[in-house]
Amino acid sequence: MFLRDIGIIPEDGTAVPPRRAGASITNLSRRGFVGGSGLFVLGLTLTGCDTYVEPEIDASQFNLGDPGASPLTQVTGGDATPSLWIAIEGDGTVKITCHRSEMGQQVWTSMAQIVADELEADWDSVAIVQAEGHERYGDQNTDGSRSVRYNFHRLRVAGAAMRHMLTEAAAMFWDVDPAQCNAEAGLVRNIETGETLSYGNLAELAAKLPVPAEDAIALKEPEDWRFIGQEVSSLTIPMITRGEGQFGIDVDVPDMVYAGLARPPLVFCKVGSVDDGAALELPGVLQTVRLPDPKPPALFQPMGGVAVIAKDTWAAIQGRNALKVAWGDGPNAAYDSEDYGEALRAASRRPGTTRRTRGDVEAGLADAAIKVDAEYYAPHLTQSPMEPPSGTARWTGETLECWGCVQDPQATRDTLAQVLGIEKENITVKPTWLGGAFGRKSKPDFMIEAAMLAKEVGKPVKVTWTREDDVRHGFYHAVSAQKLEAGLDANGACTSYRHRTTFPSISSTFANGVNSPSAGELGLGATDVPFAMPILRVESGEANGHVRTGWLRSVCNVFHAFAVQSFAGELAHAAGKDQTDHLLELIGPDRGIDPVSEGAEYGNYGGDPEEYPIETARLKAAVEKAATMANWGRDLPEGSGLGVAVHRSFLAYVATVVEVSVAKDGTLKIPGIWVALDAGTVINPKHVRAQMEGGTIYGLSNALYGEITAKNGAIVQDNFPSWRLMKMAEAPRAFEVEIIRSNKPPAGVGEPGTPPAAPALANAIFAATGTRIRTLPMIGASGRRLPLDDKTQTA
Amino acid sequence: MAMKLIINGQEQDVDAAPGTPLLWVLRDHLKMTGTKFGCGVAQCGACTVHIDGAPTRSCVLPHDSLEGVKITTIEGVDGRAADAVRDAWIEDDVPQCGYCQSGQIMAATALLAENSNPSDEDIDAAMTNLCRCATYMSIRRAIKKAASNV
Repeated sequence: MFLRDIGIIPEDGTAVPPRRAGASITNLSRRGFVGGSGLFVLGLTLTGCDTYVEPEIDASQFNLGDPGASPLTQVTGGDATPSLWIAIEGDGTVKITCHRSEMGQQVWTSMAQIVADELEADWDSVAIVQAEGHERYGDQNTDGSRSVRYNFHRLRVAGAAMRHMLTEAAAMFWDVDPAQCNAEAGLVRNIETGETLSYGNLAELAAKLPVPAEDAIALKEPEDWRFIGQEVSSLTIPMITRGEGQFGIDVDVPDMVYAGLARPPLVFCKVGSVDDGAALELPGVLQTVRLPDPKPPALFQPMGGVAVIAKDTWAAIQGRNALKVAWGDGPNAAYDSEDYGEALRAASRRPGTTRRTRGDVEAGLADAAIKVDAEYYAPHLTQSPMEPPSGTARWTGETLECWGCVQDPQATRDTLAQVLGIEKENITVKPTWLGGAFGRKSKPDFMIEAAMLAKEVGKPVKVTWTREDDVRHGFYHAVSAQKLEAGLDANGACTSYRHRTTFPSISSTFANGVNSPSAGELGLGATDVPFAMPILRVESGEANGHVRTGWLRSVCNVFHAFAVQSFAGELAHAAGKDQTDHLLELIGPDRGIDPVSEGAEYGNYGGDPEEYPIETARLKAAVEKAATMANWGRDLPEGSGLGVAVHRSFLAYVATVVEVSVAKDGTLKIPGIWVALDAGTVINPKHVRAQMEGGTIYGLSNALYGEITAKNGAIVQDNFPSWRLMKMAEAPRAFEVEIIRSNKPPAGVGEPGTPPAAPALANAIFAATGTRIRTLPMIGASGRRLPLDDKTQTA
Repeated sequence: MAMKLIINGQEQDVDAAPGTPLLWVLRDHLKMTGTKFGCGVAQCGACTVHIDGAPTRSCVLPHDSLEGVKITTIEGVDGRAADAVRDAWIEDDVPQCGYCQSGQIMAATALLAENSNPSDEDIDAAMTNLCRCATYMSIRRAIKKAASNV
């Protein structure tokens, strides 16, 4: 018996077996690795012209230049053992390292499905180890809907390599040809004798064998997959149903104290004076700490302010509320989102910078038989994960240990090193589960706060943001104004199209003086428009940022898809045609779209355009599938209507049909939604359908109710319900998702459900009522019904 | 203020400042972190516990008003309704991030304990907890499945 461990699980590292009571997330810190160069350098990768689409994984860290390197050398950053992703214990437990953050997309399960399939593991033996933030894992920024896409191949290779080693070990033990051995479900079988050896028994011997080169590894054929593509149950949910598992806010460190912060109401305003007398008299309050004032650009820095340190969270919040802080003005004190919105609209009425062009748009629009134009507006939004940001830090005088709900532990670590002046090697960042994130937790400012305070206070500190903090001090989705114009010929065919979009760039959070959107942001639904008309131009306007602008689920796709797909509905109406027929006509013949050939700088979500072209056939297939699912064209009662929208984002194609019924007074009901998705190869259909449901409702909730406004530089909203989310009673009773079967490379699924939701809703409301809603939110935080035009058809 | 609370059938010694909401006594003092903080103003329901069986939002509930009452949290809720809800939640993979789900499960369990065959309208009325992942459709399906198994 070889009851040992193939991997390098250190003494202090344990894993989380599935379905075990009382389990908690533990992080694995490994020794002996060779660190690669940092993927993310604060303020560098994000200040270029392209803020969103980050470069593909830096090849240098995987030693790809070394022709003799094994595939596992490639994925492990110089460590030639296969242990970076998989460790097999003597009892047969297969520990799989998940280096992405689990935030409800079921990435623990999907990563494990990929590895376990090629490894031929017994699923019941699988346990997950959550990786800490380190370059050895390659990209860990759990953002951009790319966990599967970035890791599908290399995790398959890692699993298959270990399967080969285990098979080889068994062959050595039996002294037979490896071809006589077959690995299946955690056992290697001697085909001739029928004898078996378990992976646990083989682990030690296998660990001594060389890692095979990639060309010596046979990956399984898709028809032999046992977990990939299957509806495997989630590894996290059994724990969730018992209140187990650890989110950022649940972290508990011995001797820990709790912090609540009064943060500046305006970005870059400074603390004037502080009276902490009343706060310090409250029971449980220990001390107050003034945080340093940040300098622009915002980056991922904390915004400063005053912290109250207390014996529990409640005392910290009460103490924070009792502080009397006089704040200075700062550079954004005049920011008023209503005035700003007017300025954005005005900018979109003027010629902007051309970002993609096909033909002479001025002439095309001038010569059109029918001219259609429309302006769309969408406000700031906040991501609003149900778990507010929370970070815990412990400073020993030499080393800094951090735990929390971070989407990007490497950026967190790099930012900590930079802001606190601590050597990166002395910092560990351990992601917990994330209670939702939606882009908010890709910014680690809350963890930097905790670390600053831990250093100052001399004890471990947990910072918990209240909901008011989350709503008022966020990294907001950009407010936007867009103007679309089109010319139709006498038959209603669209001949010319111009899209002008104006919004503050996310780059303005990372560099001073940015007043123009990046190519990456425009490639999220503007410059990648898939329409076939002979004349087309996309322009961008100028806008400065006055709040911290950040990523929110599907980012600029949200407002671009809202405008472009609503406008498609408007064009159908102008042409007197059915929405779906006209949408298919706008998309035109089957072909690949190449925005670059028409002058666009286009990153394609970092996907190789050969591997991931923009395929109009897939867009149209999604539209046709969703329409069929919704029984498009059926008779509907008075005041009811169907709306359709389709959008490609994160390399996936999603078409959404929404059914509404609208009462005479504007009261809205959404009885049904049908979504068709083509995301290429899908790892877990059940969890992908959940992402479509969630992404769709996320889009609808924001479109109906979501609005963050600013007055005199400060955010007006504070908590639920002034920041309003959709509830159960408003959710559709019927929601169907179909995944279009595809063997193409995997695409994203976390975000692509969101963009088509709002325009499908707007198109449905128009079909039901004749009212075209072009300004979001449609109802707002305190509203009860849709603002219908007087000429509404719902009589 | 030192006092005793009855939580999940066990008497617990508690010494927290007067007025401290039950939520923070559970989470910070007793290290029972299954009950979650979402808003602090009884709007989102992440902090739902049972007080003498009734679903109650613990973030605005002073702990020192609870002497002698039965407090049940996600860690301790049991019985036929709770078992049926947990089974349905696991069978259907209802949660996504899971953060609001302690509260959702507490609300659903209380609903099914009272009403073993809830209509859609009953579900709408009882399930007012917020879920940003929008598991609402899954929750509705799972409650109906659980109802058939209570």
